[in-house]
Amino acid sequence: MKRALGEDLSLPMRLLTYAILIIGAVVMLLPFVWMLSTACKPPQELNLIPVQLIPQNPVCFENVAGLYERSEDFNNYLRNSALVTLGRTLGQLITCSLAAYGFARFKFPGREIIFALSLGLLMVPFQAIMIPEYLLIRQIGWLNTFQALIVPGIFSAFAMFLLRQAFLQIPLELEESALLDGANPLQVLWYVVLPLSAAAVAAFGVITVQGAWNDFLFPLVVAPTNADTRVATIGIALLQGQRDTPWNLLMMASFIATVPMLLLFVVLQRYFIEGVSMSGLGGR
Amino acid sequence: MATRTSKLSTTTPASGRAWRWLGATPMARRRALWGIALVAPNVLGLLFFFGIPVVMAFVTSLTEWSGFANRPPVFVGLENFTRLLGDGDFWQALGVTTSLLLLTVPVGMALALGVALLLNQKLQGRAIFRTIYFLPVITSTVAATVVWTWIFQPRYGLVSAALAPFGLGDLNWLTRPDLILIPVAVVVIWQRLGFDMILFLAGLQNIPRPLYEAATIDGASGWQRFRFITLPLLSPTTFLIGVLATIGAFQIFDQVYIMTARTTRGGVGGSATTLPLLLYETAFTESELGYASAIALALFLLTLGVTLIQLRLQRRWVYYESGAT
Repeated sequence: MKRALGEDLSLPMRLLTYAILIIGAVVMLLPFVWMLSTACKPPQELNLIPVQLIPQNPVCFENVAGLYERSEDFNNYLRNSALVTLGRTLGQLITCSLAAYGFARFKFPGREIIFALSLGLLMVPFQAIMIPEYLLIRQIGWLNTFQALIVPGIFSAFAMFLLRQAFLQIPLELEESALLDGANPLQVLWYVVLPLSAAAVAAFGVITVQGAWNDFLFPLVVAPTNADTRVATIGIALLQGQRDTPWNLLMMASFIATVPMLLLFVVLQRYFIEGVSMSGLGGR
Repeated sequence: MATRTSKLSTTTPASGRAWRWLGATPMARRRALWGIALVAPNVLGLLFFFGIPVVMAFVTSLTEWSGFANRPPVFVGLENFTRLLGDGDFWQALGVTTSLLLLTVPVGMALALGVALLLNQKLQGRAIFRTIYFLPVITSTVAATVVWTWIFQPRYGLVSAALAPFGLGDLNWLTRPDLILIPVAVVVIWQRLGFDMILFLAGLQNIPRPLYEAATIDGASGWQRFRFITLPLLSPTTFLIGVLATIGAFQIFDQVYIMTARTTRGGVGGSATTLPLLLYETAFTESELGYASAIALALFLLTLGVTLIQLRLQRRWVYYESGAT
């Protein structure tokens, strides 16, 4: 560990600490274990008493097949979620890094007030404007389309604010020398600023991906009825709403939708945690 | 290259007298144009997709409107707001939201602080514990709530199995109005804990180590060090988390929507209908867009009001180093 963290604990204290942490960890992990365990159980094992943590006759693949039998388009939902996630993240990266750079390094009339007003939008929770948002999307004819799911999501005051903070920390001299070499601002942004703030960009990227993949309310409002543009979270909610959907298939659906984020987290954990610290300190 | 630059600075409109407001020199004007061009896409997008709806929210709340295109909205003044004050459903939803706030924020913060304190020590496997406690944060609320709904099933769920020895195995967590908020609060706390923990850990790392050493030399007990060093120096972090968790509690939607999807949406007798769910149902099930907009505005003002109260109260208990020296 890079940082010294106080004195060594006495042995009893150490054991107590571990005991508490392990009990806590079990509680945190149990829902994941139970999800996977149930996802692999045959129907007749669902209602056994006492409960079985390990399925006696695991039927993981049969349950995958069962899920697709019940929800034929589930693969499409996953694909749609991926498309929406990718679109929003790349879009936000473009619009927000451009804007962040503009606000960080260029003086123009009205800069402060426009920036402040944009940040003011952060105070408004989506729920407070979901009705006009729905009306607006309907008015421009985008209800139940991919545009509706992606385009509003590529603009963000929050990402712009975070990236601006990161850009401001880059020494000016580096940018100025690039400008003197004849680079235009876009080139400076692309070749100097973004590489130098790669960590912040990555942190912003993973929280955007996470937020987009797991989003529920926005798709529920702007694309509620079209199966062609349905995302995975809505698909799962519909399965949950059909009261005859067996729990093992529901757990399988939840598991499949959770795995991509778990994998991403294992690989990019550092950026997730940085992103959370940044987003917490940024005010949301 | 040089000729192109000079051309830009002399013959573009940016050099004319009318463009003086952009900047004093041609160079400054060119930079200003670049700045405007760079921020334009995001700012215009925000304006269109979020700025316009903010204005529309106010206007819609003053109308009665089913939302159908062939029936234009009718201006009714403040009628929606007076109706709000006398609406039992609204007060019930406000009660549900307040209950969830009180159930989740203090407990969640205490647990997160506890875990952060334990993890802020010399321990093997700190990183693994941190990862495990953080996992729920990245899980989708929908998937997480589906799993917890299954865990809270009467008789066959894990919770019932655990409580069966005490004769509590048959509790109908999801249909009893007096119990439904407990599973909801559990999901919220379980999913938030890792997030708050990370912020608490960051706050703890910022407390200067020598303070503890000095206190130990002076004979302060562990509790005294916690009470008189950790808590005051951590208070800005505690405050931040409190504000964020409160705002989050006002927005609880996915959890109650999903958890009650198999029984009665919003809980039996509206026992799990939070303000956001009431707003959603009023708008999209009852088609009362004007009245729902009034609920939305009330939700926003309530969140803002509670946040402002917290900001005012912070002077009494939040310790800022610069203020003390």
